[in-house]
Amino acid sequence: MSPLDLLGGLLVVLGVGLMAAAGLGVLRLPDAYTRMSAVTKAASLGVVIVLLGALALSPSWNNLVKVTLAVALQLLTAPAGGFAIGRASYRAGAPLTPETGYDELARDGGGPTPSRTLR
Amino acid sequence: MTPLGVLLDGALGVLALTLVAALYRAFRGPTDADRAVAGDLVFFVFVGVVALLAVRQDAAFYFDVAVVATLLGFLGSVALARLVFRSGG
Repeated sequence: MSPLDLLGGLLVVLGVGLMAAAGLGVLRLPDAYTRMSAVTKAASLGVVIVLLGALALSPSWNNLVKVTLAVALQLLTAPAGGFAIGRASYRAGAPLTPETGYDELARDGGGPTPSRTLR
Repeated sequence: MTPLGVLLDGALGVLALTLVAALYRAFRGPTDADRAVAGDLVFFVFVGVVALLAVRQDAAFYFDVAVVATLLGFLGSVALARLVFRSGG
């Protein structure tokens, strides 16, 4: 087993762990915004690390180009996608968990409805 | 079976469990926003599964699939956001 295989296995374990954490967050967190946060952060970094691990396990110049492209696209687009979903949820009136400490968008008049709590 | 093969199979199993979690959230809701989040997670997990299959089956074309799936995942997220906004929560 080469050092590169070892590195790849480590990266795969780390990335899959992050994605599993995102799955756990989707199951356990209380409202749509916290779930979106868990998915976007944990899963986007998890995908990037899994892709790098796959590259380390099957190294070639072709794969290097493709993985670089995929990682760059993922890092550029995942935050934008998560932001779009979060903003659409807020404007559509998805309820906030009662534990929410402050709601600056409501203070600035960004929301459609005045008072919302978890159904 | 090599240790690496066992590791890859285990990783794929964990990703399958993550998909089950997303499926549960898509069924339960309670709002359309939660379903959109679950769909987003499914896109991410799909890219991860494709990357692992590229190694497991030693087939480089899976990396092409990963690139395309990344782009489609972003378009899917934006489309889901649009749908959530239209449906009103």
